[in-house]
Amino acid sequence: MWGRLTLGAFQHDPIVYGAVASMVLIAAATLAALFYFKRWTWLWKEWITAVDPKKIGIMYMVVAVVMLLRGLADTGMLRLQQILSVGNSHGFITSDHFQQIFTAHGTMMIFFVAMGLMFGLLNLVVPLMIGSRDVAFPFMNSVSFWLYVMGAMLVNISLPVGEFAATGWLAYPPLSELAYSPGVGVDYWIWSLQIAGVGSLLSGINFITTIIKMRAPGMTLMKMPIFIWTVLGAMILVIFSFPILTATLTMLALDRTLGMHFFTSGFGGNPMMYINLIWAWGHPEVYILILPAFGVFSEVVATFSRKRLFGYTSMVWATVAITFLSFTVWLHHFFTMGAGADVNTFFGIMTMVIAIPTGVKVFNWLFTMYRGRIRLTTPMLWFLGFVVTFTIGGVTGVLMSVPSIDFQMHNSLFLVAHFHNMIIGGVVFGYFAGFTYWFPKVMGFRLNERLGKYAFWCWLIGFLAAFVPLYILGLMGATRRLDHYDASLGWQQLFIVAGIGVVIIMLGVGFQLLQIAYSVWKRHDNLDTTGDPWNGRTLEWSTASPAPFYNFAVIPVVRERDQFWADKQAGISDLKVTDYTDIILPKNTAMGFIIASFAAAVAFAMVWQMYWLVAVGLLGVIITAIIRLSDDETEYRLTAAEIAGYEARATAKRAAL
Amino acid sequence: MTNSQITNDVITVRAEADTASKTLFGFWVYIMTDLVLFASLFATYAVLHLNTFGGPSARELFSLPYVLTETLLLLVSSYTVGLAVLALHKRAARQVVIWLSVTFLLGLAFLGMELSEFSRLAADGNSWQRSGFLSSFFTLVGTHGLHITVGLLWIGVMIGQVIRKGLTPGTSRRLALLSLFWHFLDIVWIFIFTIVYLMGAV
Repeated sequence: MWGRLTLGAFQHDPIVYGAVASMVLIAAATLAALFYFKRWTWLWKEWITAVDPKKIGIMYMVVAVVMLLRGLADTGMLRLQQILSVGNSHGFITSDHFQQIFTAHGTMMIFFVAMGLMFGLLNLVVPLMIGSRDVAFPFMNSVSFWLYVMGAMLVNISLPVGEFAATGWLAYPPLSELAYSPGVGVDYWIWSLQIAGVGSLLSGINFITTIIKMRAPGMTLMKMPIFIWTVLGAMILVIFSFPILTATLTMLALDRTLGMHFFTSGFGGNPMMYINLIWAWGHPEVYILILPAFGVFSEVVATFSRKRLFGYTSMVWATVAITFLSFTVWLHHFFTMGAGADVNTFFGIMTMVIAIPTGVKVFNWLFTMYRGRIRLTTPMLWFLGFVVTFTIGGVTGVLMSVPSIDFQMHNSLFLVAHFHNMIIGGVVFGYFAGFTYWFPKVMGFRLNERLGKYAFWCWLIGFLAAFVPLYILGLMGATRRLDHYDASLGWQQLFIVAGIGVVIIMLGVGFQLLQIAYSVWKRHDNLDTTGDPWNGRTLEWSTASPAPFYNFAVIPVVRERDQFWADKQAGISDLKVTDYTDIILPKNTAMGFIIASFAAAVAFAMVWQMYWLVAVGLLGVIITAIIRLSDDETEYRLTAAEIAGYEARATAKRAAL
Repeated sequence: MTNSQITNDVITVRAEADTASKTLFGFWVYIMTDLVLFASLFATYAVLHLNTFGGPSARELFSLPYVLTETLLLLVSSYTVGLAVLALHKRAARQVVIWLSVTFLLGLAFLGMELSEFSRLAADGNSWQRSGFLSSFFTLVGTHGLHITVGLLWIGVMIGQVIRKGLTPGTSRRLALLSLFWHFLDIVWIFIFTIVYLMGAV
């Protein structure tokens, strides 16, 4: 009945119990609040069943921020252990627990924080920016989001129920095979990524179709904002790389559950094939995360320099080049595997080559600032911090692209510092900039600038304090995933500095949470009544803030790049359009949530080998999908009169302020 | 008919056309992703197909006449699903149902033959646990079989929908996608036939 699930799965050491207790408390408090304020109907009708991409985007952001806190707590424990566990002292957590924590940290941060922030931002911005009312497949969008949530839940459930993988975030075999990881940890890892990965794949299909098919009339490819170009590149990478992840995870699961021999050491399996396959997904994944961040910066730097983006065409081609080249560098993650000098040389050169289009972008951004009228708002600060840290990270990356140097650096803390340099300094700063920049468009008021700047400086200084020591430690020979070292090595001081850096970053996150809370509290002081708080250039700023659920009462027509800016220059921004027509919009539906819940049941049951529940869950997915896909009444008509009513009320409300 | 009614009809028609064009495009993109999935499995098979670990190789296991029969069943089913789409263009609901049913039976026969091959291999001690080669064989061919199973389920649902609702814009759109899906599975099978069976036999 319960498969492998026994009472033993609920027994942990005290530290885990502490974490579980805090998780349960937070969950209980949330539930209690929902009951106390009688918000269940609201939650169900307005959010869980929502198909409006703006709402789905907000939900992505909320989940990603919660997961960021979880991932950050992991970081704190890792660094504390590394500070304490020297010489005779063995720190405060066991080696096995330490391994689970760094695995969970990597998995959380990539799949459920960075990906969550990205898809959140895409949902908020892409339809508005291309002058569309929705994404191509609103229902599938809801499925994607709920699969992402269920994947994140599954990782968190592994804390109270069972254990998580202790293999590192990519679960290399043969360690991740049944023989060496007999517990459920790797299975949790496989199945949470499997369902979240399918969600990402569906999102990829959705956004490609949205961008190709739903742009405003006149917006030809070369008139698209750069953000849309970078999203298109990233989504093309999604559809080409995520199927590889799905296949690879499936093969690992088949090895573990059906006794197959894809990646085992014996019976003709080939562990090195896994490492090739996972990085054939993994390297494009890095660019999936960074490309949209490049897009955000392209919009931010143009807006706050009050200048047209420098070198639009070269920016487009750089994006296309990166999209293509990101599939030709995966082997640089394992130069030491022994593929031979020729292969290593090829991938080393390709890795250097991909730095060229990235450099083109950096120069374009800098030239955009040249002679611009720069406003140092929070998004712009994130951009400036990014240019510095990302360039440092890029240079250390090119350094390691030389195979002979990589042989020294491989799996050292130098590498850890390098990729955090790219992910924090590039991806995270990018999404924070985008979050601040587009926040008023979605919420109707601006975030507090002062707290935002405090947060930025904490992040920047904290980041440097946390990772510069790791570069040095790496050069001194410290390996990654190290939970104990000899006192005579003299590493402890540097680990302490790194730990202080983490505390400063945590302070930055604290400021961000404070910023959001304070801005909501004082929202009436920061209301955006114009719809265009930053003097923006692209279409999303032409509609009201917060954008109505139908985005645009009348679909804009595009004749040039930065159409909205051109309209403002020509003095036609205040055009009174009243000739509305009816529009067709998707109805809210619970089906996305239900399908994802059944999928989560399948995943959980696969982890614990409760095969009856697998069958029930699969049947649930199939039946719900058939019911939903046979439904012909999924849309409703919003009449011109209703739109006129909404618009009149919104105008009256703005006038009253 | 008033002016606003005309506008509204235009909006409905345009919305339907938009949905059809978006769905078709999105489905092509989906097929591309599925091809990448199969490509990963083909690549895996290419890497592992000689790793028999002392067990039987492809040449010892597969019977070409048997696989040729399977292939012909699937090719003919691709033809009949094409006939169903032609019937759809002629708006002949009855013919659509007939050709879909024929396709279903052919697909079912294909799946039956595949499963019987699988169980024969397993019964002879050559299951997926025998070697890396057999793991990759069962997974590659089995994934195609799983797709066929989904396709059969879809055909079944479409037969029901056409009988119940007739050839509405919704059912027509789904039929077009179904035929796309079925042809795609046919193409993947051609690759399996060539790479696994024919190249395995030499």
